[in-house]
Amino acid sequence: MRLIWEGILNAVQLLLSSDPEIWQITLLSLRVSGLATIISLIIGLPLGTVLALGRFPGRSFLLSLVNTGMALPPVVVGLVVCIFLWRNGPFGFLNLIYTPAAIVIAQTIIATPVVTGLTAAALQQLDPLLRLQLLGLGASHLQMVLALWWEARLPLLAALMAGFGSVISEVGASMMVGGNIKGQTRVLTTAIVLETSRGEFARAIALSILLLALAYMVNLTLTWIQQRGARQ
Amino acid sequence: MKTLLEVRNLVVRYGERTVLEVEHLAVAQGEVLAVIGPNGAGKTTLLLALARLVRPAQGEILFRGRPLSPRDDHEYRRHLALVLQEPLLLSASVFDNVALGLRFRGLSRAEIARRVETWLEKLGIGHLRDRPATQLSGGEAQRVSLARAFVLQPDLLLLDEPFGALDPPTRSGLLEDLQSLLAETGQTTVFVTHDLDEALMLGDRVAVLLGGRLRQVGPPEQVFAEPADPEVAAFVGVETIVAGRVVASEEGRAIVEVNGLHLEAVGELPPGREVLFCLRPEDVTIWLKGEVPSTSARNRLSGTIKRLTPQGPLLRVVVDCGFTLTAFVTRASAREMNLREGMEVIASFKASAARLIPR
Repeated sequence: MRLIWEGILNAVQLLLSSDPEIWQITLLSLRVSGLATIISLIIGLPLGTVLALGRFPGRSFLLSLVNTGMALPPVVVGLVVCIFLWRNGPFGFLNLIYTPAAIVIAQTIIATPVVTGLTAAALQQLDPLLRLQLLGLGASHLQMVLALWWEARLPLLAALMAGFGSVISEVGASMMVGGNIKGQTRVLTTAIVLETSRGEFARAIALSILLLALAYMVNLTLTWIQQRGARQ
Repeated sequence: MKTLLEVRNLVVRYGERTVLEVEHLAVAQGEVLAVIGPNGAGKTTLLLALARLVRPAQGEILFRGRPLSPRDDHEYRRHLALVLQEPLLLSASVFDNVALGLRFRGLSRAEIARRVETWLEKLGIGHLRDRPATQLSGGEAQRVSLARAFVLQPDLLLLDEPFGALDPPTRSGLLEDLQSLLAETGQTTVFVTHDLDEALMLGDRVAVLLGGRLRQVGPPEQVFAEPADPEVAAFVGVETIVAGRVVASEEGRAIVEVNGLHLEAVGELPPGREVLFCLRPEDVTIWLKGEVPSTSARNRLSGTIKRLTPQGPLLRVVVDCGFTLTAFVTRASAREMNLREGMEVIASFKASAARLIPR
């Protein structure tokens, strides 16, 4: 118990002392995971929409694939991205391994199935007649999709939150493709692993508090937007 | 009248099953066509096919004489408005819901506001303008759905049992409002229902759809009085339906003038109101002329037998008594009375047997 208590006290001191390294790590985490979430949204929202509304051969198979992808282990993603970006790998010439870009790629691969699967589920929950109703009021196909997104905006925001949650908290892929290089690719989760292994519990706890606070603030903002939508 | 929409040899299949087969159907500009049929007859499929929302296996639809191709679908649907049984409102304000179709068409904010306000008032829901659509009662939601369609001032309004999910008092209020709106706007409408009263109240013509096929199309009086085949008769029930006007009304009974005759019916409609006077043949009793009918029936009419047709164990007697009236008598009674075509008889029926449908 003493260890935890002392750890928390030290962590508070550390946070108040505005250690530049800690803030740099926090900002990098936010940037990398934020960007990965946005890219996964750009891919996952249309893809999930096509899977929910489209009727084409192989649709069920693709949906099952996406749903499996929602439980993709980050270390497996890390391994695959590593192989592709390795110096001798197919994309080795891009020199991306051990860069923040590599982490963004890995995290995008982790978040995209989450956003896609939850988007598809959100749209499939709507009354199928709503589509016909919208077209029957003169909507173009794009206008119909926009109206469906509007109608499913609450579960779609939940998809966004789940996507962000899946990448801000993962450590395996970031460690493997980022290399946890100080000042370059060290993010909150990889830093926590490192500090814990060194026995620097105070720094590990401080970083954990920051990670939780970050996740909380992002989700608080999204929840606020979501609930404002619900009241409307 | 000019034909707005025409359907030729339309076939819709779901998988291997043919659910709709319409050889020909035309909708004239300004008319209300009521499509009636039991559940599962293909009514909704027909409506969705007219909106080009289900792909037919074969056949064509002509709009203003021009055949539609799949490329025209979006442009064509901009001329329509569809109202389904469920209002299917978006979770937004009433105003935003009614404005939806206008926004799809890219109208200016001012024009949208003007038209939406007008139609909210016409449907009696102006006070609900800013209310979230999720907080409306069933009747209010369906009014919003109707406003959302009327506000588009469509060339063709398609209504799919819009009152099917409503309780009777709400339904009757909305039905009357819809009737006057249709009359006021001269809106060309295809209205699908399984409710015969709704069809009689709103339809200029009635189309009977049974088993995916159109069995009869014509004015309501004709379809109900002269069903094309036994199945249509079984569905609509043979009825005498004549147009009339209420001339007096007191103590829950109305005097209706039909072709110069004054008939009595139970009903609370104001004098001057146009109505359809409906009577089932089993409620009409035939007496020989000169006989003093031993009945309390308030309506007694002299007439001539025009036609006698066997119908199962009964005989269908068509009497001309200033209008055409149909009665059923047993074969035994017909023999006893020696009924023949051209014979003068008296037809009687109770005021409580007649139904009045406001028009």
